[in-house]
Amino acid sequence: MAAAFSVARSSCGLINGLRTSLRGLAPLKHGAVAASVPGTGLHRGCRRYSVGHLSVKERVDEKRRAALVGGGQSRIDAQHKRGKLTARERVQLLLDPESFVETDMFVEHRCSDFAMEQDRNKFPGDSVVTGRGRINGRLVYVFSQDFTVFGGSLSGAHAQKICKIMDQAMTVGAPVIGLNDSGGARIQEGVESLAGYADIFLRNVLASGVVPQISLIMGPCAGGAVYSPALTDFTFMVKDTSYLFITGPDVVKSVTNEDVTQEELGGAKTHTSVSGVAHHAFENDVEALLNLREFFNFLPLSNQDPAPIRECHDPSDRLVPSLDTIVPFESTKAYDMLDIIQSIVDERDFFEIMPNYAKNIVVGFARMNGRTVGIVGNQPKVASGCLDINSSVKGARFVRFCDAFNIPIITFVDVPGFLPGTAQEYGGIIRHGAKLLFAFAEATVPKITIITRKAYGGAYDVMSSKHLRGDVNYAWPSAEVAVMGAKGAVQIIFRGKENQAEAEAEYVEKFANPFPAAVRGFVDDIIEPSTTRKKICRDLEVLASKKQVNPWKKHANIPL
Amino acid sequence: MAAHGLPPSLSRLLFAVKYGSLQSRCCALHSKAQYSTVHNPGEKTFDKILIANRGEIACRVRLLDTLINFEHMNSHKMGIQTVAVHSDVDSSAVHAKMADEAVCVGPAPTSKSYLNMDAIMDAIRATGAQAVHPGYGFLSENKEFAKRLAAEGVAFIGPDTHAIQAMGDKIESKLIAKAAKVNTIPGFDGVVETVEEAVKIAQEIGYPVMIKASAGGGGKGMRISWNDEETREGFRFSSQEAASSFGDDRLLIEKYIDNPRHIEIQVLADKHGNALWLNERECSIQRRNQKVVEEAPSTFLDPETRRLMGEQAVQLAKAVQYSSAGTVEFLVDSKKNFYFLEMNTRLQVEHPITECITGLDLVEQMIRVAKGYQLHHKQEDIPINGWAIESRVYDPYKSFGLPSIGRLSQYQEPLNLSNVRVDSGIQEGSDISIYYDPMISKLVTYGATRAEALAKMEDALDNYVIRGVTHNIPLLREIITHPRFISGDISTNFLPEVYPDGFKGHQLEADKRRELLASAAALYITAQLRSQKVLGGLRVSSAPVECNHWELCVELGDGRHAMEVTKSGDVFTVTIGLKQTSLLCSFQLRVLSKLAAELNSYMPEKVPEDTSSILRSPMPGTIVAVSVKPGDTVAAGQEICVIEAMKMQNSLTAVKQAKVKSVHCKPGETVGEGDLLVELE
Repeated sequence: MAAAFSVARSSCGLINGLRTSLRGLAPLKHGAVAASVPGTGLHRGCRRYSVGHLSVKERVDEKRRAALVGGGQSRIDAQHKRGKLTARERVQLLLDPESFVETDMFVEHRCSDFAMEQDRNKFPGDSVVTGRGRINGRLVYVFSQDFTVFGGSLSGAHAQKICKIMDQAMTVGAPVIGLNDSGGARIQEGVESLAGYADIFLRNVLASGVVPQISLIMGPCAGGAVYSPALTDFTFMVKDTSYLFITGPDVVKSVTNEDVTQEELGGAKTHTSVSGVAHHAFENDVEALLNLREFFNFLPLSNQDPAPIRECHDPSDRLVPSLDTIVPFESTKAYDMLDIIQSIVDERDFFEIMPNYAKNIVVGFARMNGRTVGIVGNQPKVASGCLDINSSVKGARFVRFCDAFNIPIITFVDVPGFLPGTAQEYGGIIRHGAKLLFAFAEATVPKITIITRKAYGGAYDVMSSKHLRGDVNYAWPSAEVAVMGAKGAVQIIFRGKENQAEAEAEYVEKFANPFPAAVRGFVDDIIEPSTTRKKICRDLEVLASKKQVNPWKKHANIPL
Repeated sequence: MAAHGLPPSLSRLLFAVKYGSLQSRCCALHSKAQYSTVHNPGEKTFDKILIANRGEIACRVRLLDTLINFEHMNSHKMGIQTVAVHSDVDSSAVHAKMADEAVCVGPAPTSKSYLNMDAIMDAIRATGAQAVHPGYGFLSENKEFAKRLAAEGVAFIGPDTHAIQAMGDKIESKLIAKAAKVNTIPGFDGVVETVEEAVKIAQEIGYPVMIKASAGGGGKGMRISWNDEETREGFRFSSQEAASSFGDDRLLIEKYIDNPRHIEIQVLADKHGNALWLNERECSIQRRNQKVVEEAPSTFLDPETRRLMGEQAVQLAKAVQYSSAGTVEFLVDSKKNFYFLEMNTRLQVEHPITECITGLDLVEQMIRVAKGYQLHHKQEDIPINGWAIESRVYDPYKSFGLPSIGRLSQYQEPLNLSNVRVDSGIQEGSDISIYYDPMISKLVTYGATRAEALAKMEDALDNYVIRGVTHNIPLLREIITHPRFISGDISTNFLPEVYPDGFKGHQLEADKRRELLASAAALYITAQLRSQKVLGGLRVSSAPVECNHWELCVELGDGRHAMEVTKSGDVFTVTIGLKQTSLLCSFQLRVLSKLAAELNSYMPEKVPEDTSSILRSPMPGTIVAVSVKPGDTVAAGQEICVIEAMKMQNSLTAVKQAKVKSVHCKPGETVGEGDLLVELE
């Protein structure tokens, strides 16, 4: 009983927790132990009819019962005590009632070292629950790691179960949702466990761009395991109970001598605001799963499907008068791009992705007349809405997701340019900024762009400009499309000229308005801000049948 | 157990409310016969006036589209060009955009813009305005301003400087009133030698009386005495206090008015010695001396009292050679004795209700008078037609006494209803600035009877959409539906009496609560059903759960309500097991499926971070004073700094005793909401 296994790179507390819960296994009535230890009265009876129909059925029932309680009641209680739900409760809450169809309930691990072959160390289904189900009637494949069984550690069998549903999701064309709660590799299995990870990684990569993949981190996820969520399209976390890191605090301490807590190193706050690894964090398991259902409603099932359309109660021709005054007269004054987005989209319903990371760009999903759209907008409220390394990467990844899954992209532009400075240059803003440029340029989904105010310099080109195959490009009357702001431009054009103020006024008159772009056809129209929603809805209707194909290639070479 | 049938297409209804026509401002006019003033187009007044104000009153003076009940109004209908003045933050405000010309008179603080006489005089000269309407507040009762205008030959649309000055001084105005035979509060102010002298004075005044030290401000040390014995006691106490606390022996013995009503008379006078009283306005519903709900006429006055009050008001106006519109405020006791309080020499905030019942356009009359025309109404021409009620919709202070400010993300006035007038100077997208009055609008409803006007008000409040800033509509709705208010049993103590601990929000009655819970449940199911319906061709068929019965758990405040919902056709039937009796008043509802609610019980409670050692700015504003420096030790409740916002100074205090670690602000600095001000150890 004494830790016949261990859990990779988790804290001591975790292992202790497991030991404690292992001890609690014995009194389990219908658990794996009783079910598989010969010699009890029950099983003597079974054996008598071992070839009979009844015996198999009984054994099936017992295995099923065992599978349903995972690592046993005491470990379920321990899980609850940590404020976490069990793997099955999570699946149940995520999916429509009665819709879950489980696969591989009988799969057990195959390890025979370290006494793992003993019956008491075998659990039907092993440490993951897999299957398919429905979210609001729409098909989805799900795996949910079971922390009550060997700390959710990944065995060969565990990996195999995940791979099976991923393969099927690919052939059918339906999203995969992973609910991660795992201590890491099953150390007893050694390289088999590592192989299992690799098998999953490969499928993550092959499925990328074919079906949406979402990871919800609901417990520890450490070591190599982190790369599966990293490869999926969206990584969500649960505050306070989930962690993502390559190496835990103990290893960090021994290698770099840094003192850091689990939460600081890889908690939800860190990954949603500092590292940009996670796309959103939720208060608790229930909140996370209910929100995931809402989020799922935005997504198409696969790259073969159009973006879903929902019944819409918000008139598509609704005017938004408040937009006529939202852009301040002073071009140095900020406003909140979220105000614009929320007032334009259906029912003010905007699911923001990475709301706390690189806040100078806003990305997220919304609906226009019921149709899912991806929204990208510079945020003048933060760092003047400039593009820097983080915001470029954040925007690029979002744009590519939308393009891969047929979701039209609406871009709101108010960008003063790329952020200057050594930190940015040394960090490779050229390379990273190119990602956003690349993403917008290669996207073939409907692209609608609205320049609300500044569109300066190279950043103008990048932000879904006409030149990058924007389908419809609008400018508000407050738009200023120019190489740079008046002050800087005047200093170059009129270097040494006496009256800088006069020159500046001349420049503003000439360039700080939408006309230079409009006369060249770089914007299709200059529109009243209040009519923006109406116009976008109408355009999307037409663009629904847009067909555009990029030249054949094995794959493009985005500047990673 | 209760079953509620809900109307079909509930969700449509909801979204219609949320996103209804935004063009309602321009909705049909409901011109009523009672607005009978006919403007004489031949009567020439001014070519151009400047409106030295902002917000709703500036818009009101202009014309305006908020005044749907008046077909053509004021300066606009009179063919007068208007000039607006605005501060830099108000450059896109409604009042600035509405005027024919707009002049920026300075930065946001009122002392540098709307009170900046030099800048306003410059604006007058630059635009060639011939007259100035000051609105209310700001420069409206500033005799200096009136003088400067007169010096430049610009007409002031208001009374003469003499009247402003006479009525501006509380003591002088009382003396003038007394001389003009206007009832004033009987009283004695001076040195009282003996107890018996005090009793004699009290008997002369008539009980009850109030005794206090003259030097003590406000109600400090005030004693109320109902008989001779109490007077003796009060005398001893007050004279002691007067001597010891103030070193000033003088005592004030005054008639005490119990349960007073605040009723004011609108007067209108011209420069030819004619003066009219335009009936009363009942303004007793007040919160910290701020009027909240006003009505005209008052339920309390009989024609005789009204006439007496009106005549005294006119006497006072004549005594100071008053011209233009003005208001004489009275306190009225439970026996209908009335006493002069003060006179406001300007257009009042609540003037629209008088306009509604008399049909006179007060702004138009003010402009005519300023030009020197005679009033063409006689006293007998002034009717009381129907009943009008005004609710002041404003951004109330947050529970901790601080203003909330923000952007009106959604704003829709209930102008789709007839007999509703909304005076406002904002629109969807406007900012409620920290620099100015937090008023959002004045909502006026009119009816042939009081009951009709009240019903309309209830309707109008329910149809008002304000999002983005907090507002007092729940309180307003509560007041106008309160049995005491409906019966007319009100006084200036109404709010403190009805809400002794402050207004805590609407208290739901059992059946209303059931209705709310049922609606929430039905809306939740409607949203769920909509999510299951994906339009367009599907490659993988959808398999929504066929279901017409749901088990839910609705959280309302701290209460949890299990309920079952069944749907047949478009009708939802909600069955509620009501176990919860206590409730909170904010309607934070959360609907969960039964499963989610069960699992929710495993979710840990989040401990909010300890903020007691961090003082953050609760709102954007200006730091006025910082009372601590690093290293100081502060006690719990000690003032740390003062922040000014929305014309209010708010003192921020320490939550616990601690040493000051660092100070991150200095006086004069502008801070945003949530900015770190002071850190404690």
